[in-house]
Amino acid sequence: MIELEDVGYNYGGGELFSNLSVQLAPGSFHFLTGPSGAGKTTLLKLCYGALTPTTGHVRAFNMDVKGLDRDQMAFLRRRVGVVHQDCRFLDHLPVVENIALPLTVSGRGLQDEQANLAELMNWVGLSDRMNALPPELSGGERQRAALARAVILSPEVIIADEPTGNVDWEMSQRLLRLLVELNHMGKTILVATHDLPLIRAAKNQVQARVLRLSNRRIISAGADL
Amino acid sequence: MNALKQLILGDAQADRVVPPSGFTAHLTLFVSGAMAFLCVFALALSMASGRVAHRWSEELARAATLRINAPAEQRAAQTEAALAILRQTPGVANARALSDDEQAALLAPWFGADIPLDTLPVPQLIEVTEGDPGYDAQGLRLRLQAEVPGAVLDDHTRWRRPLVEAAIALRRLGVVSILLIGGAMAAMITLAANAALAANAQVIEVLRLVGAQDHYIAQAFVRRFTLRALSGAAVGVVLGLIGVWLMPEASAEGGFLTGLSFQSWGWLLPLVIPPLAALVAFAATTRAARKRLGELA
Repeated sequence: MIELEDVGYNYGGGELFSNLSVQLAPGSFHFLTGPSGAGKTTLLKLCYGALTPTTGHVRAFNMDVKGLDRDQMAFLRRRVGVVHQDCRFLDHLPVVENIALPLTVSGRGLQDEQANLAELMNWVGLSDRMNALPPELSGGERQRAALARAVILSPEVIIADEPTGNVDWEMSQRLLRLLVELNHMGKTILVATHDLPLIRAAKNQVQARVLRLSNRRIISAGADL
Repeated sequence: MNALKQLILGDAQADRVVPPSGFTAHLTLFVSGAMAFLCVFALALSMASGRVAHRWSEELARAATLRINAPAEQRAAQTEAALAILRQTPGVANARALSDDEQAALLAPWFGADIPLDTLPVPQLIEVTEGDPGYDAQGLRLRLQAEVPGAVLDDHTRWRRPLVEAAIALRRLGVVSILLIGGAMAAMITLAANAALAANAQVIEVLRLVGAQDHYIAQAFVRRFTLRALSGAAVGVVLGLIGVWLMPEASAEGGFLTGLSFQSWGWLLPLVIPPLAALVAFAATTRAARKRLGELA
């Protein structure tokens, strides 16, 4: 589904990592860990085409990401839902419109999607916050809104960058449960996190693999929890 | 065509993705309004100059004056001789000697109404109206020189040409002004669009993250700027038309300046300014958006 083959990436005149090879099979669940600055976010960005590798190839849905034009890249983004740690929203639009944004930009009328939207809002527990503006949301609510936005088009892959970075343990557990549910629905999940207790907590809920990025390499790829 | 349809009809949801306020909104409205206002005046100037140039060249080209500078005892005879020659000259539609009262009226602005014309050495004037085709001015001069020694033919060419040229130049200046106004508006709207795109870099990033294509993002900005330019220019045109309407009407005493106005269908011409302003804004913003989105890619 998404495959990194001998990927290297240079940043700031230096080599951030090199010769990385990772495969995200359909329906798999991966955690990406590693120290700060190891390149976790960069690796995620390579997966959804926000960055192009210095060397090697990134293939998403059997397409080489490097060869995609901007329109093709837009279509790729609709097949990969992304949750950022800082959860960027359009602050002038209410939460419900932010969550529906992927529908809007892909030309799907919101009228036909009202039921799905309401169900999704309920699933992430934001039914009572639909008309709030993003700056009015708490950290956990923002993460759940970002997750709802990432999944509204029912993408095949969901990539989350430190989704529990700014929330308490209870909220981390809630977010983890949502991600596990998505995985059980057949979605491929890749979560970058330095939250090891979260990874341990996931052990009982999902068959996940841990990719540890350190010293410019993935050193424990394939290790089961 | 499809893009134009999308631009006109819009997409209420898509229109909301760009934050509605910001200084660029006011800048675009003000610039397009001010430029449209100036454009109305430049258009009025250009059209009035065109009318003046046409009128002067038409009216003056068909009129000439024959002056009989002869001693008082010969003046009547030379006048008769000149009239006889004029009647025989092909291309002269009409020739008539001005009466004493008409000549006195011409001198009245300088000497007053009670001028004793018979005590002054005032030449006799003959008004010559040209036919179509006109007469051979050089041939007529030579004949008059031979047969009426005191006759001097003034066909107005000497002072008509620079006046007509000035009016044509003024019309050209009006057209150049309109083009410059359009260019300045395009430049200002490009700057405003660039500022808006730069200020909304995060909006663009979010839109791209959720799978928006560049034309969708560009259109959200382009439509907004185009509509702002259209509405600003519409207000500017209305104010400009009121300004032109309030100008004094054309009069012989006021000369050229009082004729700065539109006539009949000319009043409709400024109505093309708002769509043109929208077109300029559309082109400027599309170009700016494409460039900016390319840079942000």
